[in-house]
Amino acid sequence: MEFPKTWTRKHLLDLESLSADEINVLLDTAESLKRMTEGCRRKISLLAGKTLANLFFENSTRTRNSFSLAAKRLGADTVEFSSSGSSVSKGETFVDTAKTIQAMGVDWVVTRHQTPGTPHLLARELHCSVLNAGDGAHEHPTQGLLDILTIREHRGVLDGLTVALVGDIAHSRTARSNMWGLRKLGAHVIVCGPATLVSPRWQELGFEVAHDLDEILPRCDVLNLLRIQFERQKARPFPSVHEYAARYAMNGKRMRRCPANILIMAPGPINRGVEITPEVADGPHSVILEQVTNGIAVRMASLWLLAGANEELR
Amino acid sequence: MSEPQSLLIEHGRIIDPSNGTDRVARLLLYRGKVHAMDPCDGDLPSYYLRIDATDCLVCPGLIDLGTELREPGREEDETIESGGLAAVAGGYTSILCSANTDPPIDTPAGVELVRRIAASCGGPRTHVIACCSSGRNGEQMAELGLLAQAGAIGFSDSPRPIHNSALLKRALDYCRMFNLPIFDRPVDPDLVEQGVAHDGQVALVLGLKGLPTEAEDLAVARDVRLVEATEGRLHVGPISTMGSVDLLRRVKQRGIKVTASVCPHNLWHSDEMLRSFDSRFKVHPPLRSSRHIDAVLAAVADGTIDAVQSGHMPRAREKKMDDFDQAPFGASTLETTLAVVATRLVHCGMMSWSDAIMRLSTTPARIAGLQEGNLALGSPADVVVIDPNETWTIRSAGFFSQCTSTPHEGDVVKGRVIYTIVGGEIRFTTRPALEHIP
Repeated sequence: MEFPKTWTRKHLLDLESLSADEINVLLDTAESLKRMTEGCRRKISLLAGKTLANLFFENSTRTRNSFSLAAKRLGADTVEFSSSGSSVSKGETFVDTAKTIQAMGVDWVVTRHQTPGTPHLLARELHCSVLNAGDGAHEHPTQGLLDILTIREHRGVLDGLTVALVGDIAHSRTARSNMWGLRKLGAHVIVCGPATLVSPRWQELGFEVAHDLDEILPRCDVLNLLRIQFERQKARPFPSVHEYAARYAMNGKRMRRCPANILIMAPGPINRGVEITPEVADGPHSVILEQVTNGIAVRMASLWLLAGANEELR
Repeated sequence: MSEPQSLLIEHGRIIDPSNGTDRVARLLLYRGKVHAMDPCDGDLPSYYLRIDATDCLVCPGLIDLGTELREPGREEDETIESGGLAAVAGGYTSILCSANTDPPIDTPAGVELVRRIAASCGGPRTHVIACCSSGRNGEQMAELGLLAQAGAIGFSDSPRPIHNSALLKRALDYCRMFNLPIFDRPVDPDLVEQGVAHDGQVALVLGLKGLPTEAEDLAVARDVRLVEATEGRLHVGPISTMGSVDLLRRVKQRGIKVTASVCPHNLWHSDEMLRSFDSRFKVHPPLRSSRHIDAVLAAVADGTIDAVQSGHMPRAREKKMDDFDQAPFGASTLETTLAVVATRLVHCGMMSWSDAIMRLSTTPARIAGLQEGNLALGSPADVVVIDPNETWTIRSAGFFSQCTSTPHEGDVVKGRVIYTIVGGEIRFTTRPALEHIP
């Protein structure tokens, strides 16, 4: 497989700073690797001898396992570190923790942290590649990429599509990564949810802001239903879950307002009955499980491209 | 302390906003006092040191309305000595240190301890702003009368606001007996829970929790109303928003006696700097958007904001190394405040040097009830000599302060302190003074 000349980045920290060309390289690479591994199932030895370290300061099962599997499918080794809560409570800053892990000879550090910007700090401090697996409410670039890849597989191009991100935009890193990535590829992005969770300032930044889900449904090609992040909310930003579900849960009745070929996505884990009812989650328009498979594909692509840029492995 | 030298400052442009002086003259400091302006040779003592202040400004020493020295209890951040040396390097001859220590300074013994250590450190005159509430808990008044007797010159719960309106009202009433000011950091804590950055477009994009401007605006409005109700002495600061500035401009026109100050970091960089996620930009008040900066600059220029305070909040390097949420607010600012004011206001043509010295010395002295802040004959010989045109680059590695975190790292500024003289004694200089041999 030939290394794309346009790729020069050593870290994957966010989608806001990537160009449309770079995002397309990532997506094309993900598609190739998905084919080469027969749908992310077969192991190839493209990155044999390399080591990935998962450094998660926040709980995760799917993203962590997805990165591990992506590394293993390409023949790399993985090592796991976790730390709940603040590393300071143990008397060590997270930078020190990361440097310790780097000194064990790893090629990529995949990090998740409750504070925005921590991957950016690590990237300044470490020699190895840093991948952001979620930093607070800031970004989750591989999640954005896997969502976009899933849409591209179904629709061919992003340009001209209308994609609505529904739910807790304020606390969602998935929303932010999707917003930048989708817009760079020419999609129209609507952010929809209660006014307490969707800032009007997004409009100043060129995104459509909506609070009435029923009104926007007929115009949407894709709905990405974000989880309400109860754990990040100090005071509940809406009166009750019951009221939220009544206004925003995607159910069978609302499905009938959508175009016939609508795609239903959710980054998961999903709160069934809050953002999405089972008939929709498990219905014919849902691509939720394809997203999971594509997660491995975009993570394989990210690891391969970053390693290549880092060592000029072309 | 050694006998203060006699100093003759020659060829400098003497600026004393307290009486409108702005001319080239000789200034004689003798026995710790301002002795004579343009003395004739016959009046000079037989032995003195000469300072050549050609092309320099000779001004009353700067007075800081809010410095954290962190001692006792937080010496990893700063000590009374290191903070004092930083202050004189920044041109300050008097500082008001806040009670953000561990334990907080809420007893006469605490006030005495700080004053005693400071007196032996060779820094500036060091005054104590003691706690307004016991243990800074925001509930019960501290022993304000006894603290005043021990030498406290004002009261504050800084860096916390005095959130309890009943407490603030009681304290304003009670302090009228001592004619001492309360200093309130205006923030409504209910609106800033866990916030780390100005609540604007940048924080939205970066996913950082916001510190909304209305949290400050509301607190300033409440403070002003309580001053009106009690006729107490209240200083609000540091402020940082357009809303605070607009309100203060209106109430001052109505004659309400409230004073306000701003920190230098709110005069320069905007919240765009946070895109680096570098904790040296995590300061309080937070870096705001450019329209707030413009409003604050205009308010300093027209006097709506009475004073510029350093807002020196030193924090140890290991604390600032943490992630953006965990790293504490704070920056080392004593050594750069004058240069930032000169660069952002004087050299831009927004205000004169005389007005700059007014905001940095004369008015702070009045707010704090100090006799310094002027060069009248017989006043304490607290003088700063400034080269207004020296251009230099801020490098925290050269700081006297223990804290090397500054939002101004690498900024090019114009205007530098050459001598800081406290009570007739040179406490800081970048050039040797010349001996006069009779």
